[in-house]
Amino acid sequence: MTTTIDNPVMRPVTTVPVPTATYLTPDGQLVSSVPVGASYADDHTHLEWGDPLVPGAVVLDEQVAPRASWSGVVRAGQVLTIVDVGGNQSGDCLLYNAQHTDERYSAPDTLAWQDNAYIRTGTVLRSNLGRALMTVVDNEIDRQDTIGGACSRESNTLRYGHHVMYHHGCRENFLTEGAKHGLGMRDIVSNINWFMNVPIEDDGALGIVDGMSAPGKRVALRAEIDTLVLISNCPQMNNPCNDFNPTPLRMIVSEPDTDLEYEADA
Amino acid sequence: MALAADHSTDTVLNARADARAQGGQVSDWMPYLPASSSPFCPEDVAADSLTWAETVAPGGYTHKVLARGTRFRLEDPTGEACAHTLLYNALEPTERLNVADTQKIPWQAYLGAGHPLLSGDGRVLATILTDTSGRHDAFCGTSTAAWNALRYGTALPEGPAPAGRDLFVKAAAKHGLGPADVPPSVSFFQGVRVAGDGSFDWFGSSGAGTAVELVAELPLIVLIANVPHPRDPRPEYVVGPLRVHAWRTPETNPTTPADERFDASPEVRRAYLNTLDYAEARGL
Ligand SMILES: [Zn+2]
Repeated sequence: MTTTIDNPVMRPVTTVPVPTATYLTPDGQLVSSVPVGASYADDHTHLEWGDPLVPGAVVLDEQVAPRASWSGVVRAGQVLTIVDVGGNQSGDCLLYNAQHTDERYSAPDTLAWQDNAYIRTGTVLRSNLGRALMTVVDNEIDRQDTIGGACSRESNTLRYGHHVMYHHGCRENFLTEGAKHGLGMRDIVSNINWFMNVPIEDDGALGIVDGMSAPGKRVALRAEIDTLVLISNCPQMNNPCNDFNPTPLRMIVSEPDTDLEYEADA
Repeated sequence: MALAADHSTDTVLNARADARAQGGQVSDWMPYLPASSSPFCPEDVAADSLTWAETVAPGGYTHKVLARGTRFRLEDPTGEACAHTLLYNALEPTERLNVADTQKIPWQAYLGAGHPLLSGDGRVLATILTDTSGRHDAFCGTSTAAWNALRYGTALPEGPAPAGRDLFVKAAAKHGLGPADVPPSVSFFQGVRVAGDGSFDWFGSSGAGTAVELVAELPLIVLIANVPHPRDPRPEYVVGPLRVHAWRTPETNPTTPADERFDASPEVRRAYLNTLDYAEARGL
């Protein structure tokens, strides 16, 4: 610039060294100063990778790394098996009509139609238009949660304190994954938490407690229409939604050999 | 190793007690609330005038809506910060930082004290008031996932080498803005210069303890992604924490004709006139 303006001497700021750590990458190792949250240790965590819960030809089989996001379209009639590989790993999940994403999963419609607060085998996962998106055709957990919502940077500061603002959270994962499909903040609604335990006690007390799942436990969802599935493999470090030990998930989509027992009543 | 043994979370009441027991801690990177409680309040600023105080994590992002006339200062305590920055008119976010105009209108490619950060609508979003670094960049923008995958072998936003664009997309989403609303950005504290043949010469940082201070000429949405400059030549992904403070007092006004910088050049004078005209019409 040709101009000169007042440039007062500013207080020197305290200087500190930048800590670095070494992280595994697909290509090897990377030295980075980014504070990445804890994840499971291979040699201390029992993993069960499981199999599809219904017989049929596998058309997609992918692993979701701890703390990561995932998305995929399950075509009408196909079945998505989600495997809780490390046990008690919350798979935060949102569903959308793959053709018209304004139609998306609705927790209240799902619960009101079935007159029950928990998701179990036979639960029809309904949209905000009351239509069936997917049906739970098999499930190895006593009950699955759709009340507890997703963790976020912002709500974590309410629950634990402002010191956790830079912890990773599920809403961050939903934003990252949703952006790949043209979805933004207003598209993130109340979600499902596969393998997470949120009891509602007699006096109304409600919260995330130790899970009822175990390594290799599964849930199977049949798509009633082409359904876009978003997953956040919950990176939470402050509550038991993942046993304080983020582990992988496995997502398997198959074409079932036979008609499944539970028919959507849409 | 699992931390579950350190927690008792078998019932709702136990889980609640466990969560509440985590309160009151501090982190090397966090917002300070209220802002007046900042442990790093600038010496020349009254703590009770602070409206934003935060240390941004390496590889982290932050965002804030600032009132017109707010001063905000970015500090690089380690000499390793790189504050990729986007500005939007908070009232009409289709008006946003335009890097081309920011370089072209002042006839100056390199950001420094007095440089206006212009929108594409002929107005000044913010003015750089002071600068003790002199190492900034408006050419290279921020990193993308494709670039970081090439440079570092990984680019996941939750991983050790997040890309600036992916952080901007998340920050923008929190103001109702989508990926198409993330334009080219400027970056502070890591500089490049253009050589005679057009190649970028890496100047990097001017060291620990530098700062830039800006004034919001309009109500602003400020997005900041603190990630390495895309031309940072090191094989390691190194970025330091970034300190942010903003404050407002009766003296912290947007630029007016009473300020010397208002008449710094005929172009910038007209940009300030446009800005004041807009503010006046809107009753700001
Ligand atoms: Zn979560």
